[in-house]
Amino acid sequence: MKILVPVKRVPDPTQKTKIKDNAIDLTGASWIVNTFDEYAVETALRLLENGESNTRTGGEVVTVTLGPDDAAKELRTTLAMGADRAIHVVTDDKDIDSLAVVKVLQAIIEAEKPDLVLMGKQAVDGDANQVGQMLAGKLGWPQATFAATIEKVADGFVVGREVDGGVEYKKVPSPAIVTVDLRIVAGHSVKNGVTPATFAYQGEGARLPSLKGIMAAKKKPLDSKKIADFGVGAPAIREVGVTLPPARAAGQIVADIPTLVAKLANDAKAI
Amino acid sequence: MGNVLAICEYSGAALRSSALSNLSFARAAATAHGGEVIIALIGAGANAASGHAAKYAGKVIVVEDGALEHYLAESYAPIIARLAKDNGASIVTATATSLGKDVMPRVAALLDAGMASDISKLEGSNKFVRPILAGNAYSTVEISTPIICVTVRQSEFEPAGEAGGAGTVSTAPVGEINLFGASFVRAETQKSDRPDLGDAKVVVAGGRGMKNGENFKVLEQLADLLGAAMGASRAATDAGMVPADWQVGQTGKIVAPNLYFAVAISGAIQHLAGMKGSKTIVAINKNKDEPIFQVADYGVVMEWEKAVPELISEIKKVKASR
Repeated sequence: MKILVPVKRVPDPTQKTKIKDNAIDLTGASWIVNTFDEYAVETALRLLENGESNTRTGGEVVTVTLGPDDAAKELRTTLAMGADRAIHVVTDDKDIDSLAVVKVLQAIIEAEKPDLVLMGKQAVDGDANQVGQMLAGKLGWPQATFAATIEKVADGFVVGREVDGGVEYKKVPSPAIVTVDLRIVAGHSVKNGVTPATFAYQGEGARLPSLKGIMAAKKKPLDSKKIADFGVGAPAIREVGVTLPPARAAGQIVADIPTLVAKLANDAKAI
Repeated sequence: MGNVLAICEYSGAALRSSALSNLSFARAAATAHGGEVIIALIGAGANAASGHAAKYAGKVIVVEDGALEHYLAESYAPIIARLAKDNGASIVTATATSLGKDVMPRVAALLDAGMASDISKLEGSNKFVRPILAGNAYSTVEISTPIICVTVRQSEFEPAGEAGGAGTVSTAPVGEINLFGASFVRAETQKSDRPDLGDAKVVVAGGRGMKNGENFKVLEQLADLLGAAMGASRAATDAGMVPADWQVGQTGKIVAPNLYFAVAISGAIQHLAGMKGSKTIVAINKNKDEPIFQVADYGVVMEWEKAVPELISEIKKVKASR
């Protein structure tokens, strides 16, 4: 099984948000693989291994990114986690919108012909939550978004989707687009028929690259492509301004519960 | 310039309150685009809600078919795209519910439309303000495609009132359905008499400090006293104390009730992103240094075991005195 995982680099969300010249100030920002995309890489690896014996059982994981030269670093991170090769479409972030990202990824998917495309449900910088569904629409593929669980079955995948009011299970054949939510990295969320059902992955989040993985990643193929080769036009979606949200007025600590209830009833008129 | 096609979710014979927020945006967009609001109701029981929908817009289109018993993006997206084209829509909008978030980008792909997700405000006719970076900034985006797809953040738009007239109701055929092999398997949903988390006026949320699911019972008593919905931090849902769909936060529900109780919640950025739009925030935590106190209007430094039962009895006293 060949799994393609589009990933995006994002500014580390623990950094303080600053604005300069009507845009987010990224001077000196440190960058990471978008958390949801990192979880998609983890999910791809779990689908292709025996988790209990920690052995790969075949298949291929290909990661793809669009971004400046520096974004190769985040692709190397995915290779160090265990992906087999990577594709880097070099572009300035300002020159592309979600329509361009979809157009480039569609061309790569049509060339690579993966059995499954796994990606994060959204990037934690833009929070748009669009690309997976748009790709599925353009390709004429089935989609399963917000995956909390995924199970490989004989003729496709059964995905537990996090929806308002609970979990909805949807079956999709291969190939399909699956976007992952946070709980996909819980201990029992990925079932591939190889890892014993009794086995639970430990720890929070995705695996950290091992030293051996980091060394191996340096030798793995990383194919660099130019955005100009994909026929992408000028962006139809442009950011024209950024503002910080208004700060909340300072609150007060109240001494006891009767005081709290009196303030809620009389001052805030909330009860 | 053109009409606004508003995809509205319904429950039985009524529009959901989440749909009313969508209609509030749709009316503003229709004014800006010089067109009218057209409500689309899609699904196996869609016609039942058409009478209610007709109170909110001049035109309601119903696409009802047994084949639409379970929502699937694969069947809904082509229907929405066709309705948009057949009705001269320049804006296609839905509330950013799990359905809206799932289907609308697929619709945008079919229409070659640019999309603005989870918007908080319309500026002019094709500029949209939307939260980014977990609500730590607001971005204004300008979209130049002939048709624009939008999802609306429910908590940022007041529910629309009735339009004061009865709109016309028509039906449109479901057309040929291609599911691309996808199928609905089953849903595991929690039935509750409490209001939906997304539109509750009061939310009572608990965090890691509640220690286990059994302890949430006292919070549920408080919630039922106030007609509130239950919420939780990611720490509490991930630990399995309460259902995952109670989660309030960047990756869970975004809520903005009149009153939000954060009980034994530390206040991680992730959680604050989901509730800091609330009008009045009350934090109850035994540790005075927790970040939740920085966004709270009223903080009480106390163990929940003592604070919550006392809160219930004090609120009962206030209610009894009225």
